[in-house]
Amino acid sequence: MNKNFKENISVVLSGEAGQGIQTIENLLTRILKDDGFNVFATKEYMSRIRGGSNSTEIRVGEYAVRSHSSNIDILIPLTKESVEHLKDTISSETIIIADMKNLKIDYSNAVDVPFFDIAKEIGNRIYSNIVAAGTILALFSTEKEIIYSRMKKIFAKKPELIDKNIEAVNRGYEIGEKIKNSGIIKIEIEKNSKIKDNILINGSEAVALGAMAGGCDSVFSYPMTPGTGVLLSLAQYSKSFGILVEQAEDEIAAINMAIGGWYAGARSMVTTSGGGFALMEEGVSLSGMIETPVVIHIAQRPGPATGLPTRTAQEDLNLALYSGHGEFPRAIYAPGNLEQALKLSRIAFETADEYQIPVFILTDQYFVDSYYNIEKTDLSEVRNENRITETREDYKRYILTENGISPRGIPGYGKGLVIVDSDEHDEYGHLTENLDIRIKMNDKRLSKLDLLRKNALEPEILGDDDYKNLIVCWGSNYETLKESLKNLKNTKTAMIHFPQLYPLNYDFKKYFEKAEKIISVENNATGQFSNLLKLELDAEIHERILKYDGTPFSAEELTERIKKAI
Amino acid sequence: MGNRIELFARNDEKEMDIAWCPGCGNFSILNILKAALSEMEEITPENMVLVSGIGQAAKIPHYFRTNTFNGLHGRSLPVAQMIKAVNPELHVISESGEGDMYGEGGNHFIHAIRRNPDITNLVHDNMIYGLTKGQASPTTQKGTVTPVQINGVFLEQFNPIATAITMGATFVARASSGDPAQTKEIIKKAIRHKGYALVDILQPCVTFNKINTYKWFKENSYYLDENYNSENKMKALEIAFNTEKLALGIIYKNEDKKAFHEQLTIYKENKEPLFKRKHNIKELESFINSKI
Repeated sequence: MNKNFKENISVVLSGEAGQGIQTIENLLTRILKDDGFNVFATKEYMSRIRGGSNSTEIRVGEYAVRSHSSNIDILIPLTKESVEHLKDTISSETIIIADMKNLKIDYSNAVDVPFFDIAKEIGNRIYSNIVAAGTILALFSTEKEIIYSRMKKIFAKKPELIDKNIEAVNRGYEIGEKIKNSGIIKIEIEKNSKIKDNILINGSEAVALGAMAGGCDSVFSYPMTPGTGVLLSLAQYSKSFGILVEQAEDEIAAINMAIGGWYAGARSMVTTSGGGFALMEEGVSLSGMIETPVVIHIAQRPGPATGLPTRTAQEDLNLALYSGHGEFPRAIYAPGNLEQALKLSRIAFETADEYQIPVFILTDQYFVDSYYNIEKTDLSEVRNENRITETREDYKRYILTENGISPRGIPGYGKGLVIVDSDEHDEYGHLTENLDIRIKMNDKRLSKLDLLRKNALEPEILGDDDYKNLIVCWGSNYETLKESLKNLKNTKTAMIHFPQLYPLNYDFKKYFEKAEKIISVENNATGQFSNLLKLELDAEIHERILKYDGTPFSAEELTERIKKAI
Repeated sequence: MGNRIELFARNDEKEMDIAWCPGCGNFSILNILKAALSEMEEITPENMVLVSGIGQAAKIPHYFRTNTFNGLHGRSLPVAQMIKAVNPELHVISESGEGDMYGEGGNHFIHAIRRNPDITNLVHDNMIYGLTKGQASPTTQKGTVTPVQINGVFLEQFNPIATAITMGATFVARASSGDPAQTKEIIKKAIRHKGYALVDILQPCVTFNKINTYKWFKENSYYLDENYNSENKMKALEIAFNTEKLALGIIYKNEDKKAFHEQLTIYKENKEPLFKRKHNIKELESFINSKI
């Protein structure tokens, strides 16, 4: 069973909630990145605090690997149940490194390591995950100094734990070296010393940091998986960057708080998931009517209702697109990778401020929970222009203008009064039932859509310029499709990814016109974006590759499905 | 004083098409609020915001001259709290009817009190739904027959005073639209209170509530004694639970609790409202790039 890994490797650690799978994910990805490897980690977990079966998949590569793989090269299970749970993804090629005796596992392609006995010798069964981490790091030939230095950082706040954890890593490392020397597993992936300076963040952090680059100074949210990650990140950064973080009593309060914040000069956001957002809908309509901006992050998960709380989906595009009663403009962004999340979350604030509309950032569980290394960011071009106007005595909040945008004042800044009303209103903002004014105001609000459409972000095209087959995707499928495209090695095939889902510039139609076959890839059952493309660009999608079991596409699976579709 | 009252009046006041019925208690509350504000030199139309929800009472900002946020039904408190939180220099009043505050916005009412935001919450309480034509409100008395509650209301009457005290409100008062002089003084104290202040204002609905009339309110309410100690919470609760005779005046107050914005870390070192702050992009860039 001797195996050599030259380009990339996928290591899965699994156990039950409470066994420290998350700790080990954090430890391993950071140390391997410090050592110069490209890393990617994604987790799968159940909606519970203890027990169940959770796993983390860590991919390490010479080139950037940024998508979920359905292939497990090495599996380290910490419970017997987690092996059961993963049985469909364990292949004859998978090597299991496990405490066979304690877990009572019987598997031919296995290396027996008494993780639990070693952990007990150190003092507690709890160290078994760190012992396992040591074993893995030895297989990568990571130098101990790199390991220690990162561990000291990670345990900086709990110095009393450092000695035992280093002992655990060392004990695991010894065993790993033996496995390596025996030739069973040989990892010869090229390292690149530049990678150690890369940033390592997940999707939630990228959305939060991007929002801050957009001037986000307040967040209002009711916790809901998987949207909570952005709230946690902003809370963590709030002290250093002066962010008001308030946990609202419910989602209805959250969005009204955010709109109140913008009205008085703050730059606020809400973060939630589909179910929580459903409660916010009337707030979206309010934002549209009173032309007070708001930024809404929705991390999607499968529905309807409570659905699968800890799984992934792209099911809420229609919800975001059609949310709120009445007709008014909005913009929807959906980052494809962490770099885009940093950028689009910033742009979301700029667009909200410029057009005075609700703006959406649409991600999903897979996206927000996945980590990988990216290059350092450059914000030198960011201007962070605040468009608030100092009001004059005769200020009219809704003065009719050519492009529909009225200068936005805030109370307490200038000599004027800022009057906003959820009822139809006149130029001053006072309630009216004058139907001529109604038409003028409705036209004014909707006219902003034309400008938004004109300025819509360009989609990105990758692959053969001279394509016959065009594969469309949005959101987190970007990196997966990119890897699948590489696997396909098919000429005449390209992919197109839309960072902005709505509105679309009618000019984007041209990308579809030259394709003979158009295939879409979406994590839902109805092809919501495919339908929108038909509606907006009259683009005909010939084949839809859909997945709605709550798990993301793997590059391998997507490659196979594209092969069939072409 | 005359000039200051003009400050809060719209200059087209004479042509305003007011949506209230003649004789409605809302007129009286509108005049009382204008009079109260005109006697408070620290408040101008420009440095205050009147936030309301939906309903007849919630239309009050439109007959006023000041910054206005007339939002959604039941949602004025979340808006008002965060206007104050992002700019503590503003005086914020959240004003609506009892259906809006205690019914549709009931959850916000409870949790707003827990935050102790430095805002004034004025509730026009006429014990009936007016705008939707006479259905029961949370404070409708048991037995009242309405077009929906055709056999009479049998739900327990909501007790805003007791609820507010229980939730830790720091200023709880009841007033009457029929007594402008005393109500004005109560409202002034509520506005000057540092923290959340509730004034439940009893008000007749001349069109849809034939039970709780001007006469009924007069006969069924009384003013708290001059010597009443409003800082005794248990005593205040006892008074709140007496719904036979409704106490008017400041039933409970606690001046020792910090207001919501005073507890926020954003104001620990920097007292400026959020809109005046410059974001340090350079610092953020190095922070992001330190996440290695």
